[in-house]
Amino acid sequence: GWEMLQLPLVVTAQVDLLLVLVSLLAFWTRLSHLSYPNAVVFDEVYYGQFVSLYMKRVFFIDDSGPPLGHMILAFGAYLGGFDGNFVWNRIGAEYPSTVNVWSLRLLPALCGALCVPLGYLLTLELKFSHLSALGAAVLLLLENSLIVQSRFMLLESVLIFFVLLAFFSYLRFHNAPSSSWSRYNWLILSGVSCGAAVGVKYMGLFSYLLLLVVASLHTWKLIGDKTISHMNVCVQSVHRVLCLVVVPVLLYVFWFYVHLSFLNRSGPHDQLMSSAFQASLQGGLSRITRGQPLEVAYGSQVTLRSSVSQPIPCWLHSHKVNYPIRYDNGRGSSHQQQVTCYPFKDVNNWWIIKDPGRQQLVVDTPPRPVRHGDVIQLVHGMTSRFLNSHDVAAPMSPHTQEVSGYIDFNVSMPAQNLWRVDISNREAESEVWKTILSEVRLIHVNTSAVLKLSGVSLPDWGFRQLEVVADKLFKAHSSSLEWTVEEHRYGTSQEQKEREAELHSPTHIDVDRKISFWAKFVELQWKMLTVKQEESEHKYSSSPLEWITMETNIAYWLHSSTNAQIHLIGNPVSWGVANLSLLAYQLLAVVYLLRRRRGLKDVPDGVWDQFVCLGCVCVGGWLVNFVPFLLMDKTLFLYHYLPALCYLYLLSPALLEHAHTHLLRYAHQLQHVTHQRALCVGALAVLLSIFLTYRTFCPLTYGSPELSAHQLQGLKWRDTWDILYRRR
Amino acid sequence: MAKAECTPKWNTLALRNRKTCPTPEKSFQTTFTPVSKDKNSQTAGHLAGGDTQSSNGPSGQFLARESIESPSKVLLMLVAGLSFSTRLYKITEPPHVCWDETHFGKMGSYYINRTFFFDVHPPLGKMLIGLAGYMSGYDGTFPFIKPGDKYENQNYWGMRGFCATLGSFLPIFAYLIVLELSNSCTAAIIAATLLIFDTGCITISQYILLDPILMFFIMAAVLSMVKFNQQRYRSFSASWWLWLVLTGINLAGALGVKFVGLFVIILVGLNTIWDLWRLLGDMSLSLVDIAKHFLARAFALILLPLILYVTIFAVHFVVLNKSGPGDGFFSSAFQSRLIGNNLHNASMPEYLAFGSTVTIKNLRIAGGYLHSHWHLYPEGVGARQQQVTAYLHKDYNNLWVVHRQQDNNSQSGNPDLVRHGDIVRLEHKETTRNLHSHLHEAPLTKKHFQVTGYGINGTGDANDLWQVEVCGGQKGDPVKVLRSKVRFLHRATGCALYSSGKTLPKWGWEQIEVTCSPYLKETPSSQWNIEDHINPKLPNISLSVLKPNFLEILLESHIVMFRGNSGLKPKDNEMNSKPWHWPINYQGLRFSGVNATEYRVYLLGNPVVWWINLASLGLYLTMVAVASIATQRGFSLGQQRIEHSLVLVRGGGLLMLGWLLHYAPFFTMGRILYFHHYFPAMLFSSMLTGLTLDILFRSADLLLHPPYSYWFQRAGQLLLLFSILYSFYLFHPLSYGMTGPLAHEPGSAMADLKWMDSWEF
Repeated sequence: GWEMLQLPLVVTAQVDLLLVLVSLLAFWTRLSHLSYPNAVVFDEVYYGQFVSLYMKRVFFIDDSGPPLGHMILAFGAYLGGFDGNFVWNRIGAEYPSTVNVWSLRLLPALCGALCVPLGYLLTLELKFSHLSALGAAVLLLLENSLIVQSRFMLLESVLIFFVLLAFFSYLRFHNAPSSSWSRYNWLILSGVSCGAAVGVKYMGLFSYLLLLVVASLHTWKLIGDKTISHMNVCVQSVHRVLCLVVVPVLLYVFWFYVHLSFLNRSGPHDQLMSSAFQASLQGGLSRITRGQPLEVAYGSQVTLRSSVSQPIPCWLHSHKVNYPIRYDNGRGSSHQQQVTCYPFKDVNNWWIIKDPGRQQLVVDTPPRPVRHGDVIQLVHGMTSRFLNSHDVAAPMSPHTQEVSGYIDFNVSMPAQNLWRVDISNREAESEVWKTILSEVRLIHVNTSAVLKLSGVSLPDWGFRQLEVVADKLFKAHSSSLEWTVEEHRYGTSQEQKEREAELHSPTHIDVDRKISFWAKFVELQWKMLTVKQEESEHKYSSSPLEWITMETNIAYWLHSSTNAQIHLIGNPVSWGVANLSLLAYQLLAVVYLLRRRRGLKDVPDGVWDQFVCLGCVCVGGWLVNFVPFLLMDKTLFLYHYLPALCYLYLLSPALLEHAHTHLLRYAHQLQHVTHQRALCVGALAVLLSIFLTYRTFCPLTYGSPELSAHQLQGLKWRDTWDILYRRR
Repeated sequence: MAKAECTPKWNTLALRNRKTCPTPEKSFQTTFTPVSKDKNSQTAGHLAGGDTQSSNGPSGQFLARESIESPSKVLLMLVAGLSFSTRLYKITEPPHVCWDETHFGKMGSYYINRTFFFDVHPPLGKMLIGLAGYMSGYDGTFPFIKPGDKYENQNYWGMRGFCATLGSFLPIFAYLIVLELSNSCTAAIIAATLLIFDTGCITISQYILLDPILMFFIMAAVLSMVKFNQQRYRSFSASWWLWLVLTGINLAGALGVKFVGLFVIILVGLNTIWDLWRLLGDMSLSLVDIAKHFLARAFALILLPLILYVTIFAVHFVVLNKSGPGDGFFSSAFQSRLIGNNLHNASMPEYLAFGSTVTIKNLRIAGGYLHSHWHLYPEGVGARQQQVTAYLHKDYNNLWVVHRQQDNNSQSGNPDLVRHGDIVRLEHKETTRNLHSHLHEAPLTKKHFQVTGYGINGTGDANDLWQVEVCGGQKGDPVKVLRSKVRFLHRATGCALYSSGKTLPKWGWEQIEVTCSPYLKETPSSQWNIEDHINPKLPNISLSVLKPNFLEILLESHIVMFRGNSGLKPKDNEMNSKPWHWPINYQGLRFSGVNATEYRVYLLGNPVVWWINLASLGLYLTMVAVASIATQRGFSLGQQRIEHSLVLVRGGGLLMLGWLLHYAPFFTMGRILYFHHYFPAMLFSSMLTGLTLDILFRSADLLLHPPYSYWFQRAGQLLLLFSILYSFYLFHPLSYGMTGPLAHEPGSAMADLKWMDSWEF
């Protein structure tokens, strides 16, 4: 150790000045004047509401993507001390001084800025020169649409950042010498970035799958390498699987874990979830159901909620009105009391569970629980009518049986009011009917039809409540057949009058109930994937084919009094360069492939591998991030194209370098030099024009300075763009 | 290099394998292994010697073929016999219209009656049905109104029998395909047995449907392709050409029946690309040879099918020359071809005039007539005024009256003509509302403005005024009825009347949205023509509409078909079958009957067959993965193993690709899907099962020693055969009809067979 101290203390640092320069420029373009405009811009109105809910720790469902993205935005808000008290109701609304706009927008902007140096580094890892890397960085730097998308509280820049990071770190791992162990850090980083990318937006899945394909190809090569021992191959393959499959999956689940443990208060989307889920949230249902008896017994007073939340969640209901004798279409009914499903809490939602063999409507001590397979009667609490079904066509769904509260009109229509309890999740829960947890089907004993919510609303005579029927031919796993007990108490009143009073009183006794994280995760994930929102066209939505030629734009913000405005418009020149290079790569690849097949190797094997790798990552990246949209039935916007576009910006300079070093080689020696010079001049000219267009569109990117209507007209480079003019 | 080495091995091994087929493998192993080794070393020296290979291949094959000829012929006869008897049994039962027979039977009748109709599928299948009906004495008079209608005395057996005959070829083709791919009779027999005794395949073959016809062509195409692949060492020989041309013909047939035929075209296309890639790498072939190969394939697989496909449409248009229910879907020019249509030899005033009553048709293909009706836009969709839509059928509500800006009805003499640049007001004849637009978002296309019917008895406001513009015309040009392309520009906002082609939701009666587009580019969507023109004050002139040429008709009918196909969206409350339901046989289709008293036929696969298929898919993937990792890692495998893995990778790969191509695309489709869409994929899956299980049984010697492994193999085959036969015995009432109580009720014949709750029989 002594010798060590005698050595001079030296720090050797190699700083890539180009990298530093582009990074600084990136931060400058993305972060300057970040809090302007001090108003809600475009989709901030959408993400903002979730940020507010995070601040208030209120549960919500957003089917647009997994929770990490929202969490990152919420973290930014948290840093700025945002308390969630802002109503995100319209684009263009001014932020009050209490809202720290800068911090809301900081994290996406940082991610957007970091994409530029990442593009630089990724090009280097693809084994192209620093000049190409600089080219890629400049293309990313001067892309107006990327700048706009980074500067607001939106998620695309975060997604792109993680995607680029994943590829960069994977290639870093792949290019490192196989002896070094530290390279596995890069592999882990890659797995983490993949998990994060998928966690921000489902779109990240496309790039993740591409990365898996690239990694599998590399692993396949590894398996074929006979110089490595079997053991070594196994270990390396397992490492890759662990880092690139297991880690992202675990992380993905982890985001939900954080999400669910953060959001523990009931909120606007409770109704979409099961009763058990709702009961795990503070307030809302748990306030009502806290302390209910767990086991449903004979004499229990219950409300029965339909397990299906389409069209809306509702409870089994009856009221003192009968089915009309004749419906509008001339069919007849039983004229007995209506039984419906009602989407609001109401005293008429209470039913009492009765043992058919006994008269009493109170719970024994000790309570006798109802089990799977038991036959029960259901008595409507307020009207004392028995839940009944018979071979009469239901009002709206005539192929099914009517369900009614039985009234004896002496018309030889006997009561058929026995129902068998079928607990469909008894394997997971128990044979005993439990509040909230058990999903129960009520099977009509006489006809073996099942009580079902048909989902159709009744006409005016049924107060537009939802129709309840008994169906013989049912789909096995349809949740419209299942009912859960939501509110529950043990009945104590012997007399009807007392009982009515009891039903009106709120329920409360104390017991805590929990469902496991996994159950919540599965339910939430399933709801996110299946909740269908009305997909309608948006004023600025577009079709994927319009993106390639940028036929469309999106107006993000317009000043409340002047013509200052922000648009998502890309840099048309860069856009053209990107398309051109995509086409050129494909042509070149086809020519190379055909010629190689005939044994003509135009480029040495090393260069060929580099060329293929470039194609796999960049053209592949474009394909996986673009083609799926052609098949989607969703409302799509121009910003969905940005990840695909980034891949093309990595491709363009690399392809130019490839052409410069390998294609021009074939020309005559003297011409060679001139060609190379011409190419350089051409590239410079293109770069210059990219810069100039960037400058031209800056007012629409940053929202200042304000332009006159005439100037705006001049910026309308395409007829299909919507640029707004304020009428004075 | 590796590829060149593999080919001869393949052949020699094939030879050995074919011989083993009828007899136990063991006895031949000793005799033949040295031979194949010898040949290997021989051919390895001739890597570039294409001649040696090509002379080797056919002669070896020829020898092999001789030896298996007799048993395989017997087996083939057996397969054919069983196949025909299972499919033709009870062919006339039930004697009423089942399920989609109501469509395809009706369309067959249209061909017999020569009435023009519109359908989303290409015409070949229905033409063949019509032809079969015609040949068997059906006169085309049965109306096929709805499922359940009794046929009474109609000759419907001919059409059903025709479909069943084509359906009977499926197991035979499967047998031959698997035999070609695996060189194993056992594999072929397994595949054929699976299909013969599958209740689903039987049911779907027995009725007047397009599916048996489609599947016939698909399988025939695959068979020809596989046979063609086998001819690779006798390029340009007669049999090479025969199979190549047959492939092309069957492709045209498949596409001519349903657009699903496209998937098999892709399969053949990929196979051809792979084949050409192989040839390109063969350095013994000159570029000229490769060009010949390429041209031959381009001719037989692209040009020939295209010609045939076009011919089918030509026949379709020639046969159907009478006006019928499908007219409104097509342009004015198209309709003028049809006898009985009001545009056929039409006679009306030549130029549009003020005061005329007109119908206005959008020029976009299947764009519809400008339409309005007594219904308002619902709350929340723009202004609550009367709906204006585009409607594909002819209807009184399509009539509009052309007025001047300020109408003075006291006009005498000849009415003035409407000219380019004139301002008009279009009054809806039935409701007397004016065509109106304003700065509200359109219901679906939010970038455009809403178009409504406004005002009463022709009194409205300034937003009712439209400027007429003849495309390519100048100020003052008159508007020619039927021939001028006209745009209607809204005076106040400057937008153009536009038909977006999007289907309105229920409140709009699923008609097509009409908007006012602020983007003034001239597209067919914003162009209209005047179709009917009634003005008693003007003389009627016989107008010859420019008759469209054949290519225009072809293009138009295709666009209309594609629109129709993507327009088949699932309805709100309708149960939609999901693609993931299909391979697990989750839910069938009711072909006939619902209640206990009715004669019920239920389209559902034999669950044992389908679940074996499902398991085999997983098994196949595992086996291929193991085999390819072993190969890639360079483990030394025995000859037999190498041969097996080659069959798995090549033969199995082809079938797997076929399965994927016929299944995966359905996941991306937005249109309504049914269970029967899976059947083409199921054919591939069954063939793959045959091949996979055969190799699995043969690989028993990995675990067991020779005599036991042989017993295991036989036991496995017998067990498989027995379970398929027994399950068929159990489930055959699904196809051949059930009466009596439903399966979940006591006393039903199918009592314990409702293995899944989702089955509805």
